[in-house]
Amino acid sequence: MKSSVITFPGSNCDRDMDVALKKFGFNNKMIWHGDHELPKSDLVVLPGGFSYGDYLRCGSMAAKSKIMNSVINFANSGGLVMGICNGFQILVETGLVPGVLLRNKYLEFICKNVFVKIDNKDNPYFKNLNKKVLELHIAHNEGNYFCTSEQLKEIEDNDQIAISYSNKDGQVEKEFNPNGSLKNIAGIFNKKKNVLGMMPHPERMIDKSLSSEDGSIFFKNLINNIK
Amino acid sequence: MKISAIITLKKDVLDPQGKVIHQTLDGMGFKDINEVRQGKYFEIDVKENDPKKAKSIVEDMCKKLLANLVIENYKIIETQ
Repeated sequence: MKSSVITFPGSNCDRDMDVALKKFGFNNKMIWHGDHELPKSDLVVLPGGFSYGDYLRCGSMAAKSKIMNSVINFANSGGLVMGICNGFQILVETGLVPGVLLRNKYLEFICKNVFVKIDNKDNPYFKNLNKKVLELHIAHNEGNYFCTSEQLKEIEDNDQIAISYSNKDGQVEKEFNPNGSLKNIAGIFNKKKNVLGMMPHPERMIDKSLSSEDGSIFFKNLINNIK
Repeated sequence: MKISAIITLKKDVLDPQGKVIHQTLDGMGFKDINEVRQGKYFEIDVKENDPKKAKSIVEDMCKKLLANLVIENYKIIETQ
């Protein structure tokens, strides 16, 4: 299985993602943002970080970089594109997934472990996953998901909510919402569910000596789903 | 010619920075504030001397990059 991780100026989770993908069997390539052509891939990942220093709006510059034309074409032809954290911010700026990510409600950078409930398993990312809640890590300043009420209706009608902030039992309540996200949304899909944007970092949860193993569970399942 | 664009958050979008600025101003003694909304200001020198054309170029920039129309509005002003 071939994967590509795009490196933008200011990406800083690209190598962690490379380690994670390789650990679970992907043949991964690092792709520079200035390249025009995406190599043949089964999965493209937009990693976390601070692309272009978060200038203007997080992800806004990266969304217009050269490689993104290929990534957008790849996504529109049904290819799997996953954006994590800043990658999610880039995805909303391209319009591949609806909504925006505003500054966290209390204006603080949040860096901690959270639980997320998996809301939809009818997609290549979470299909066959034998857990309903994952413990993952978040580290962001702009993760407060927002969209218009019309967009929210469409998102809900199409089951596009992927994961929501919850407690360890999967209860989605305001008190488990770290950043003020609408409906506790931590990740969403595009309509066809081949594009996933999410704030939590599964690549930070792949080593038993450092973290929980829920990232390992996610990546193992993902590669099995793609095979 | 120089064209300016002002980007502001739409009415329904929460502006926590504006709120904090409001509270700080209030704490400094500026008690007559209903609301503060923070925005962005761009001054763009366009290689175009026809005001109508120059404005339409900047409008295109606003739509494609400078503003995110899900949460922001833009206003274009001719400055020179």
